[in-house]
Amino acid sequence: MKLIKYIGLAIFLLGLALFSGSIFLGNFSMTDIQVDDYISEQGIKSDIFSKELKKTLVTEEQINIFEFSSAVRKALETSNNYYDKQIAKYNAEKNWAKKGEQYQYKIHEKPHTISYNLAKKAGSGFVKENIALMWWLTFGLGIIGALLYILPNVLLLGPPGIKNNGIYHKSATNRGWIAWLVLVYLVVFYLLLYFMPDYVVNWTYILDPISNTLNGGDASQWFVYGFLYCVIMVVMAVRMYIKYRHNKYQIMRTTSVLFFQIVFAFLIPEIMASLNMPGYDFKSAFPLDYDFFFEWNIKNLTESGAIGLFILVWGTILTIIIVPLMVYFFGKRWYCSWVCGCGGLAETLGDPYRQHSDKSLKSWKLERWIVHSVLLISIVMTIVTLYCYFTGAKSFIGINSQWIKDSYSFLIGAWFAGVIGTGFYPIFGNRVWCRFGCPLAAYLGLVQRFKSRFRITTNGGQCISCGNCSTYCEMGIDVRAYAQKGENIVRSSCVGCGVCSAVCPRGVLKLENDSTKGRINPNDILLGNDVNLMDLVNQK
Amino acid sequence: MEHIAIIGNGISGVTLARHIRKFSDKKITLISAESDYFFSRTALMYVYMGHMKFEHTQPYENWFWKKNNIELKKGFVNEIDTDNKVLHFEEGDQISYDKLVIATGSKPNKFGWPGENLKGVQGLYSKQDLEHLEIYAPNNKVCKRAVIVGGGLIGIELAEMLNSRNIPVTFLVRESSFWNSVLPEGESQMLNRHIKNHHIDLRLSTNLKEIISDDKGKVKSIIIEETGEEIPCDFVGLTAGVTPNISFLEESNIETNKGVLVNRFLETNINDIYAIGDCAEQREAIGNRRPIEAVWYTGRMMGETLAQTICGNPTEYKPGHWFNSAKFIDIEYQTYGWVHGKKGRPEYETHFHWKHDDDTKCITIAYHKDTKEFLGINTFGIRMRHEVFDKWLTEKWTIDTVLKHLQAANFDPEFYKLHEKDIIKKYNQDTNSNIKLSKKHWRKLFA
Repeated sequence: MKLIKYIGLAIFLLGLALFSGSIFLGNFSMTDIQVDDYISEQGIKSDIFSKELKKTLVTEEQINIFEFSSAVRKALETSNNYYDKQIAKYNAEKNWAKKGEQYQYKIHEKPHTISYNLAKKAGSGFVKENIALMWWLTFGLGIIGALLYILPNVLLLGPPGIKNNGIYHKSATNRGWIAWLVLVYLVVFYLLLYFMPDYVVNWTYILDPISNTLNGGDASQWFVYGFLYCVIMVVMAVRMYIKYRHNKYQIMRTTSVLFFQIVFAFLIPEIMASLNMPGYDFKSAFPLDYDFFFEWNIKNLTESGAIGLFILVWGTILTIIIVPLMVYFFGKRWYCSWVCGCGGLAETLGDPYRQHSDKSLKSWKLERWIVHSVLLISIVMTIVTLYCYFTGAKSFIGINSQWIKDSYSFLIGAWFAGVIGTGFYPIFGNRVWCRFGCPLAAYLGLVQRFKSRFRITTNGGQCISCGNCSTYCEMGIDVRAYAQKGENIVRSSCVGCGVCSAVCPRGVLKLENDSTKGRINPNDILLGNDVNLMDLVNQK
Repeated sequence: MEHIAIIGNGISGVTLARHIRKFSDKKITLISAESDYFFSRTALMYVYMGHMKFEHTQPYENWFWKKNNIELKKGFVNEIDTDNKVLHFEEGDQISYDKLVIATGSKPNKFGWPGENLKGVQGLYSKQDLEHLEIYAPNNKVCKRAVIVGGGLIGIELAEMLNSRNIPVTFLVRESSFWNSVLPEGESQMLNRHIKNHHIDLRLSTNLKEIISDDKGKVKSIIIEETGEEIPCDFVGLTAGVTPNISFLEESNIETNKGVLVNRFLETNINDIYAIGDCAEQREAIGNRRPIEAVWYTGRMMGETLAQTICGNPTEYKPGHWFNSAKFIDIEYQTYGWVHGKKGRPEYETHFHWKHDDDTKCITIAYHKDTKEFLGINTFGIRMRHEVFDKWLTEKWTIDTVLKHLQAANFDPEFYKLHEKDIIKKYNQDTNSNIKLSKKHWRKLFA
């Protein structure tokens, strides 16, 4: 059995290496016609850009993606520099008409995005010519290897039960060198995905056929991400099913996040796109879905007929009515650990790292400051955006609409949610984003704390302060601090994953929805002691 | 300002200190030779198994003590001058006190076995025991086999720990079935099978004769009393119960028996000296309880109680209904009220027993054979609500009503399969009754 595990690990690593290495493959050169097509498609007016592109890219030479990217970016720089100089020149000459004319030639698109769009057309070579083979060598080997590594646990873990043996002895799960290596890999992955998609254009070729089947178009880097996300969640869900096979709550919850990721986040939007509808994730609620009220999205939706309007109404109702109502009845867990995509990844890929969340009082204070600030900023951003949308103004209460949207998308959307949120799993735990950054979690948390039937009930005086609950709380809640006082856990950040209850060796914790009366019950003296003493002290 | 010195920073001493702080601004000194900060002794096993790091066993952050003005003193008290109210430390220093509380807990039992003090022979109680375990049984190369002597709660925990590092374990149990002095037969038998399912070499009705040393003073093997069999091993765990850790009081005039003798106010024979927790021995047992209760919860309750007395509200130690819990490898156990095994079962106590087909869940309900009064429940593999049983015991429900409303007591996670129907069916068969399950919510029973 152990041998199978090691073989699986080797196969997985081979698949991962081939997947990572594939970005170095292929030739990227263009024809004059391809360049011209792109230029006219994009409505680019700069002749210099087109000339520079043709000079370097229309060639018989072997150019790899990095040289290609650098050539495109250089062409862009040359072009923009030229027109900047022209602008400066006419400015000095006070020739305003000529100066104004120059601006149309400037290109504002992000360099790596232009490079990506060109590369998508320009690529040739092994990957593009052997798509099916490449799929099996990357995704295929990765999936098979990971499953071979995971499945033997059915026998190796012994009889069903909590088996966290050795978590703090292993480099991968105890912040050792493997964990740091994984962190670096994930961070680099997200940096490439968000900021240098042209470098990973080969990955998109591998998924072009699947993308074409689903939505009728070629795969973008976001399709790659979505597909990879689903694959990783499925494989790691298998791990969850085995690890928690004695615990039906965990099994149901894992199935639920898996379903919502694959069907709602992945399949439905792709199929909608193939039907010429706006691709929409019906479960993604504002303000996690921070650009829902951005001008381009409202415009897109209002121009998409009945379905667009439906989405606009649904998205609004989801945030204002459905989300808080569900939190009242079930706690924020219905979203964060049963439905949400970020939560879904955290609960599958992130499960081996859940013990790394910081439980100190300091980090709780920090958490409250940061997460509520993000909520506030996202609301301010939306108000500014909507005001500008309806009035046509460029700014509101002194905040430039474009600036705040760009800053939020960059800092919160890309860096916080992606690079830090997932990249830091192996060292800082699997819910960094959900705990410190997610504005929706902050909103749900406020409802959960003040108006909900959900709580984690503490079972009388049974706690032995062992600390398993706190250690394995992914949200950094010091669960034990409540349990050892016989007090129910009512915390805004709790996502209701149920693992504290699962790892408790004394049956002390139970997640439940119940009457709001007596939900918060601080105790000084616990059940089991003299009843008169309990009355005396607890009723003070 | 009155100075309260507490010897021992376990659950009893710490609970006491916290509660004194709640009600007063007396000077408090918590003394320990074992660790700098309070940690949960019951969690040491999880550190060895790699579920947690040692710091995770500390329920309070390190700044907590200073913030609450509780002074921590590391040192070993070797003499108490009760006349002058002064503590003398092994390290040479001394402090004086106004009131002294002895909360020094337990130490593993040793029954004079030959070789019981060899290297690689130890109990599992203190932080130091854990450190020694890491030396003598870090993995199955250094420790090719371990022998555990004594089939109680610590014994099975130690077996689970060693098992987690793939160290082969031979488990010597004096009784004819695991822990059957406390547990009824059905439960005890189920645990025998569970232990064996984990590939632990369980030897019932087996006693240790002696422990053999190698030429370096380390354990080499053990010999079994009954058969004379010699089992080679690198580690011996002595887990045949614990005894109060009070040998440092031998020279003092504090009255002791096995433990420090106290009255219901937890006072010793000397004024202003108290004892709580594992090391305290009641002069007269309280109800069905033993005079010495070496249990986490009772230690905590004594701390809660004594704080009242020390803060000017003299309060007797009057624990409520008995409860306890444990985990036997994968099987959780809870008990509420009294369910007796072989030892000390009153003649009126009758049992109803139900076991699930999967052999990992069962319950035993004890009731009065004439009045049918519910006396207590043992539950294995099914979590139950403390609050509900406490109420049922107080209100003296009959077993019929308890069973009828059993679902209200269920504390398993949501979506778990419920077994109350099965349980009631078995009871109806056993007793020719016709009870029907009520699905009333537990809160409604409290209204």
